Amino acid sequence: MTLASMARKYEARRVPQGEKVATSAMIASLAAEGYDTVSAPFGHALVDLAKTDERVVGLSADLAKYTDLHVLATEMPERFYQMGMAEQVLISAAAGLAREGFIPFATTYAVFASRRAYDFIAMAVAEENLPVKIVCALPGLTTGYGPSHQATEDLAIFRGLPNMTLIDPCDATDIAQMVPVIAAHDGPVYSRLLRGKVPSVLTRYKPDYQFELGRAQMIREGGDVLVIASGIMTMRALDAAELLARDGVDVAVLHVPVIKPLDTATILAEAGKPGRLVVTAENHTVVGGLGEAVAGTLLRAGVTPTFRMIALPDEFLEAGALPTLHEMYGLTAAKVAQQIKGWL
Amino acid sequence: MGEVQGQGYIGQALGVADVLAAAYFHALTHDPKHPEWEGRDRFLLSIGHYAIALYAVLMEAGILPEDELETYGMDDSRMPMSGMASYTPGMEITGGSLGHGLGIAVGMAMGLQRKGNPAFVYNLMSDGELGEGSTWEAVMSAVQHRLGNLICLVDFNDQQADGKSTAALAQGDERGKWEAFGWHAQRVNGNDLDAVVAAFDAARAVTEAKPRVIIFDTTMCKGVPFLEAREITHFVRVEADEWSKALAVLEEGKPS
Repeated sequence: MTLASMARKYEARRVPQGEKVATSAMIASLAAEGYDTVSAPFGHALVDLAKTDERVVGLSADLAKYTDLHVLATEMPERFYQMGMAEQVLISAAAGLAREGFIPFATTYAVFASRRAYDFIAMAVAEENLPVKIVCALPGLTTGYGPSHQATEDLAIFRGLPNMTLIDPCDATDIAQMVPVIAAHDGPVYSRLLRGKVPSVLTRYKPDYQFELGRAQMIREGGDVLVIASGIMTMRALDAAELLARDGVDVAVLHVPVIKPLDTATILAEAGKPGRLVVTAENHTVVGGLGEAVAGTLLRAGVTPTFRMIALPDEFLEAGALPTLHEMYGLTAAKVAQQIKGWL
Repeated sequence: MGEVQGQGYIGQALGVADVLAAAYFHALTHDPKHPEWEGRDRFLLSIGHYAIALYAVLMEAGILPEDELETYGMDDSRMPMSGMASYTPGMEITGGSLGHGLGIAVGMAMGLQRKGNPAFVYNLMSDGELGEGSTWEAVMSAVQHRLGNLICLVDFNDQQADGKSTAALAQGDERGKWEAFGWHAQRVNGNDLDAVVAAFDAARAVTEAKPRVIIFDTTMCKGVPFLEAREITHFVRVEADEWSKALAVLEEGKPS
């Protein structure tokens, strides 16, 4: 970047005026009004698992408090390793523990795992197909701290890596249920994580919902639009469906918590039903995430509904208050509903 | 092995041969018939391209059959140019992306302690890997976790791909650096077999719960003077008629 183009960048930045939302805390709540929440579902599920399986250990690179791993560190300190602010040894030591028969859960922020520790995840973990579980907070746009903390391309980075299982959970139910499931999977897993007070949404729509590896599930049926969503965007899509129902638009929501391996059978079966607009929705850059994975699946199979993508733009995103940013980049339920309406 | 390809990491292999011989035939507890025996000392080859040297040692130790050595680097061989765990019995990890071995060794040493297994973890790395930041993350981590069952071996031949390691990042008092981090550190002539054996013994005999490092000063192409004299020895090309000459010189130099 030249000095001149940097100057242009500064000029382009808006000067806030009037009522402002303060820059959110590092971990802003994702819960919309009226949602039930569960506190630290990952940490509690991991403690429950560790009590029944001696192979389970937890490692953190100085972010235990911010990945809910502090629950394990407090309740079972002998099963917790503080690795310090050192993501490369976090991952390679987890690989070494896995070699010795343990099931390590390594946690940090998604940006640091995907960007800083990638070579170690690729060679020390994935190439050797070791059962290291990498569970990472602040996926996509879930913090207002700007690009240093916004892992908008983590799934794109890891989708190209053989042997990896990739998870983008929606809510507290997904997170609590996936912990024993990914531990039982004999291979490497990367999962995005929501921490702190995490909304509980899926069981409101589907009381018998059970997270399963490699399975996409219909959470809501509808005849006009099919939204294929992952992570927090399933939550937003469900809320958007309620808004659109008021306008007489009937929206189905297919939740895809596992990005790889993708449940192509369910996706093709649902997208192949005639008469529905198909929209993907993801908290991730438009490049290389759920939307492109679904698009490729449909095209290869010759299934060609009208297809649209809701995703983050191929840009470094702004810093600011999270609700403002979700509004700006189209991740709120109202914006999702508005975009879908515009495509009908 | 190298003769089949006409070239290879022969300089490194000859330089580190004494260290590997002392490791496998003096220091390590292992069972050639059961390379994955739980009680074995773990030996990690962080520098994957040194595989040519480790294959020879694994053959001498009875872990690999001698007649397979000629397949080195060929299609369908179990002995690829850069060592990989899934290809070769006795190869603990996939090395080659440099700066990985010591971190994996940290995790394995933590795991062994957790299991109450008294085995040691050895990690063989190059002086070039001293430039990788991940090496120093692992150095600090081994001290923090009091890994007295971890022994790091540094092959200091002062050669990396673009020239001298000491002209790049391996500058200064290398032993002093490791000691400052809290390691038990030794620096010895890696081509003096008695000194190498003594260093292994001393490293294992440390009673404090701290990791140990031995920095071995080695000479690339050791034992073959006409190769030692070559300036660029990172990836040696040896002409067809030179192999027999090299073998003859090595044979002469063998201790009786």
